[in-house]
Amino acid sequence: MMQDMAATSRRRAGAPLRELRRDPEHGMVAGVCAGLGRDLDVDPLLLRIAFGATSLASGVGIVAYVLAWLLMPAAESSGETRTGALADAAGRTGRAAIEVAFGVGFLLLAILLTFRAVGLPFSDVLTWPLVLVAAGGALIWRQSVGGPPTADAAPAPPAAIAPAAAGAPQSRPAVTSRIGVGVTLVVAAAILFLQFTGALAAATDVALAALVVAIALGVIFAPWFVRLLSSLSFERAERIRSQERAEVAAHLHDSVLQTLALVQKRAGDPREVAALARRQERELRAWLSGARQRPGDEQRFVAALQAAAEEIEEAHGVAVDVVAVGDAPLDRDGQALVAAAREAMLNAAKFAGADSAPVAVYAEAADDRLQVFVRDRGPGFDPASVPADRRGVRESIVGRMERHGGEATIRSSPGGGTEVELVIERSTP
Amino acid sequence: MSPRVVLVDDHELFRAGVRAELDGLVDVVGDAATVAAAVELIREQAPDVVLLDVHMPAGGGLEVIRRLAGEPAGVRFLALSVSDAAEDVIAVIRAGARGYVTKTISGADLADAVRRVHDGDAVFSPRLAGFVLDAFAGAAPAAAPEVDPELDQLTPREREVLQHIARGYMYKEIAQRLGISSKTVEAHVSAVLRKLQLSSRHELSRWAAQRRMLD
Repeated sequence: MMQDMAATSRRRAGAPLRELRRDPEHGMVAGVCAGLGRDLDVDPLLLRIAFGATSLASGVGIVAYVLAWLLMPAAESSGETRTGALADAAGRTGRAAIEVAFGVGFLLLAILLTFRAVGLPFSDVLTWPLVLVAAGGALIWRQSVGGPPTADAAPAPPAAIAPAAAGAPQSRPAVTSRIGVGVTLVVAAAILFLQFTGALAAATDVALAALVVAIALGVIFAPWFVRLLSSLSFERAERIRSQERAEVAAHLHDSVLQTLALVQKRAGDPREVAALARRQERELRAWLSGARQRPGDEQRFVAALQAAAEEIEEAHGVAVDVVAVGDAPLDRDGQALVAAAREAMLNAAKFAGADSAPVAVYAEAADDRLQVFVRDRGPGFDPASVPADRRGVRESIVGRMERHGGEATIRSSPGGGTEVELVIERSTP
Repeated sequence: MSPRVVLVDDHELFRAGVRAELDGLVDVVGDAATVAAAVELIREQAPDVVLLDVHMPAGGGLEVIRRLAGEPAGVRFLALSVSDAAEDVIAVIRAGARGYVTKTISGADLADAVRRVHDGDAVFSPRLAGFVLDAFAGAAPAAAPEVDPELDQLTPREREVLQHIARGYMYKEIAQRLGISSKTVEAHVSAVLRKLQLSSRHELSRWAAQRRMLD
């Protein structure tokens, strides 16, 4: 029901008709003077003085103010985006609610004091409880009517839910606590009244009655409350799900769909298509295992070797499969070994050609030595026939290994493919 | 006589591709897309070899092997997967699959692998060989007395054979390089498979769990 009222007031607020509105944003109590001042183009301070003066004189000002408050709808703040206004409204109602409660309490106190001054027969028994009830009631009403009804907002697409709901979760506990304060005030008022009238003497009766009433209320409101709670948790789960879905969708769109589009375009070039598919596969695998990647992985021997393999694969369109056993930190020896292995993979990719079987890289990292084998199924060659000026093999592979106290062995035979074996003994395990 | 093969994979495109590649090489007698359908089909057809996808809804290849529980007799499983995850592969092998190949394998190699599994041998892809070497690396644990310590470590020869598989050598080439017969290579590989399946080496499960965290 409250939500219906909120919806109505919002609809009214959105109507094009020009009408008097309160301006709670700039107001001292409820924004009546600020709103009137804005609409009538008068300084609100003048209006406030006028209200104050009439209140002091006979109380008419107070009555007029309360009436105006009840009758004038609150203005929506202008010049803000809708979501901004919603989020802001949540914070504003929270801040203003306390002030409003105080305001209502004091106003009522003033009215009652005025009545007494005028001479109406009036009992003190009523004064304080009434003031407390008014303040507490104002707090509760203010919260329940003014709060942004996010849960029952018109079904919006997932993207629209997120910003609207963003302001709600943080204000929800605050709202609850303010309602709690209001309820406490009202209950205190009731107890105070009973105390004054002497009814508290029959404490047991009251406690029993209160218990019965509480249970009755509990039974009445339990289903509503449970439904509210479950709808909130459902909404939150739904929001998390939709965010995850959006993230996965964004990634797939950026990567897989792009690649598929490229594959369709280049359908005539099998080599290019294979390279694209391979790169995408690697990228997707990396993403899928991304959560398991640990920081500092790039400082490891196997990771460096894999990175080198990927680089060769991408540059030459030849598949390079890395199988690794064990791992080690990437020290100077490890770096030299990876560099030499990279050169060996490069040779394999160049001479083996794109159509052949993948280049097989096997790495074994034991405590006492690092070992890498790079094998291709290319045409092969006779190692003895390699001219001495071939820098690739001599310098980058054999020379580099020897400088680091390692060893490179090349096995090849025409037609049987080539295997490069690289070993480095590790000085410090 | 070419082996009768059942193909189990939840991707229709992939099944069609494998069927086309194996056409004429082996006798594909049926395919299934779900665990339940696979179990039914295998009971009905009693094929020689089942090509089994590791990852499927409702338990995957592991569940198919479990539900069949050795019936009908004589059916051999070969795991086929895009997964590189060691724990998945090791789990299917330990459940009874005779080998593991990745889905990027060529049609001829796959047919060869099927024939080898049909003959009772084990099929190790380079990656699986790497996993096994990794799992059996280091000294054998101080085994419980009732455990056969033989099962908990690889012989130097087995290690050598596995290393060659991981390096990308074919069985024939390995035999040549090590100066042994192809049959001996196959015997070594089958022995490793048996160790992998029977070993109670508690490192194996712990290793797979660690692998999951590190990979």
